Amino acid sequence: MTKETLIISVKGNPLAGQAQALTEPRWVRWTLITVALLFIALFLLVPLAEVFASALDKGIGYYFDAIREPDALSAVKLTLIAAFFSVVFNSAFGLASAWAIAKFNFPGKNLLITLIDLPFTVSPVVSGLIYVLLFGLQGLLGPWLQAHNLHVIFALPGIVLATIFVTFPFISRELIPLMQEQGSEEEEAAMVLGAGGWQIFWKVTLPNIQWGLLYGVILCNARAMGEFGAVSVVSGHIRGLTNTLPLHVEILYNEYNFTAAFAVASLLTFLAVLTLIAKTVVGMKYEKSRQTPAARLESETA
Amino acid sequence: MSIEVRGLTKHFNGFKAVHNVSAKLETGSLTALLGPSGSGKSTLLRMIAGLEVPDAGEIHLTGREATYASAKERNVGFVFQHYALFKHMNVFENIAFGLRVRKQGEKEIQDRVFELLNLIQLTGYEKRYPSQLSGGQRQRVAVARALAPRPEVLLLDEPFGALDAKVREELREWILRLHEETNMTTLFVTHDQQEAMEVAGRILIMNHGEIEQDGTPIEIFDKPATHFIAQFVGESNFIDTEVSEKGLAVWGPFRFSVNPGLPVKQKIRIYFRPNDVYMTAQFETLQVRAKIAKTRFKGTAIEYKLDIGEDKHISAQVPKGVALASGFKEGQEVYAAITAFHVFPI
Repeated sequence: MTKETLIISVKGNPLAGQAQALTEPRWVRWTLITVALLFIALFLLVPLAEVFASALDKGIGYYFDAIREPDALSAVKLTLIAAFFSVVFNSAFGLASAWAIAKFNFPGKNLLITLIDLPFTVSPVVSGLIYVLLFGLQGLLGPWLQAHNLHVIFALPGIVLATIFVTFPFISRELIPLMQEQGSEEEEAAMVLGAGGWQIFWKVTLPNIQWGLLYGVILCNARAMGEFGAVSVVSGHIRGLTNTLPLHVEILYNEYNFTAAFAVASLLTFLAVLTLIAKTVVGMKYEKSRQTPAARLESETA
Repeated sequence: MSIEVRGLTKHFNGFKAVHNVSAKLETGSLTALLGPSGSGKSTLLRMIAGLEVPDAGEIHLTGREATYASAKERNVGFVFQHYALFKHMNVFENIAFGLRVRKQGEKEIQDRVFELLNLIQLTGYEKRYPSQLSGGQRQRVAVARALAPRPEVLLLDEPFGALDAKVREELREWILRLHEETNMTTLFVTHDQQEAMEVAGRILIMNHGEIEQDGTPIEIFDKPATHFIAQFVGESNFIDTEVSEKGLAVWGPFRFSVNPGLPVKQKIRIYFRPNDVYMTAQFETLQVRAKIAKTRFKGTAIEYKLDIGEDKHISAQVPKGVALASGFKEGQEVYAAITAFHVFPI
């Protein structure tokens, strides 16, 4: 109750949100806004426009030829496969780890939380090398794999593994604080009402974390499609076979085929813009679903 | 359905949350589990509901052992302090949840939910979401949700703790009426003695994981079994002194008759309630002289801090009408006697 009244009183006072004593002089505000806008224009909008301009340099026909070319299509396919697997695997892992960390206490919990962040702190190149060292011919499991005619490095499994590794933390990082904040009272309520484990998961837990999960999936997917370093190490750059979109762009660029490189790059850019839109929409829903009931009641009546 | 626990024990990392607790609640009884926070009352309730697994001891529901039974087999209704309503489901679906997981027919579910909506006086609210309800309405929905699968026992964990005083009062009345209508075995946890006294026919007082007293509200109030209960239930003065001669203790001008079995020089603590201090403006009988040091308005009564000399103070409570008629005021000389008290050796 006290929480509700507190929020109302803060929002009821128009000066409370932006105390006048803290308002900067006009010239400071305008300088800061100008600097920020110039920065965005210079470092984001100009390159973005340049990508599309260069891509369309030789006309729209050439543009479509460049992205319909078999090697480009195979790169798109490979990128989508790698992104799909990393989203599926990391969703499952993210849910499992967030569930374990948020709802239970066990020895090694802090270690697990730290390890989840590892892919963020390790350079992607190193992440790729780990797999080469593990599965490569000179590696730990290489001879065994070769004896059984299994290909990991310079093949699809290696690319998928490397992508999963670098996108590992996105979903669990999103879900852990969310699930910790929600606690397990609703799950307990469902349990005493007679629901089984899966019923509790599908009917209570998942609906409560759906927006957070989707948000994590979008971030994970974006990173999976754009990943360069780790994939570059394990892929072997075989055209039409083990090239993802970012690698294909690099190859085209290195061959001085700038227009084609930018055409393919524009695909990635396009995906990035889509991701940004999806992220914003989901982010808004997510914020709304996270609001406390009291705050939501207030925002509805306001 | 009756609830019986025998030697129930639960430790958390060496902390004795519940220790060797035994109690039996008869079918149709309404019992309060009263205690300060951390006394283990919620843990005991949660073990009965199957939300915590006991380390030792047994739980019997209707004479059947249910210590490790699943929540479904126990068939208990549980109401949480913070409602724990399903945020993403509307009122109808919240109440229907327990019926849906039991795979009941749509027609039966509809009938049962509307019957309960009527019972909690929220007909017409079935499409609302929990966030669109007030605290009191949410808690009523939580009770309806717990009742939907027709449990044999209703357990409530600090059910009114998060509500403001007025709504609490209404819900207490409502729970009492509900109990009269359904006659369901009900056990509720509270740290509010007023609530326990008003609602329950029987009170179990817990402290440090053990039941210290089990009795009716009157027994608990008038015959506290331990130190802890004497100071926890109701307001109390307490004074530390010793047995000065066989059957007698003296503190300032007051003389207390104590159990003659207590040895002389035994240290004792004497508890007495402020409203057991008989205070008059004129000397009547067996009273001591005192001076009103401070007055405090308590709504239906007025509390006086009395200076009885030798730097000793006691507090006395007088019903407002009597106090106003007598015209007591600060600094006035009055006469006081202690009419009821409890002695515990320390």
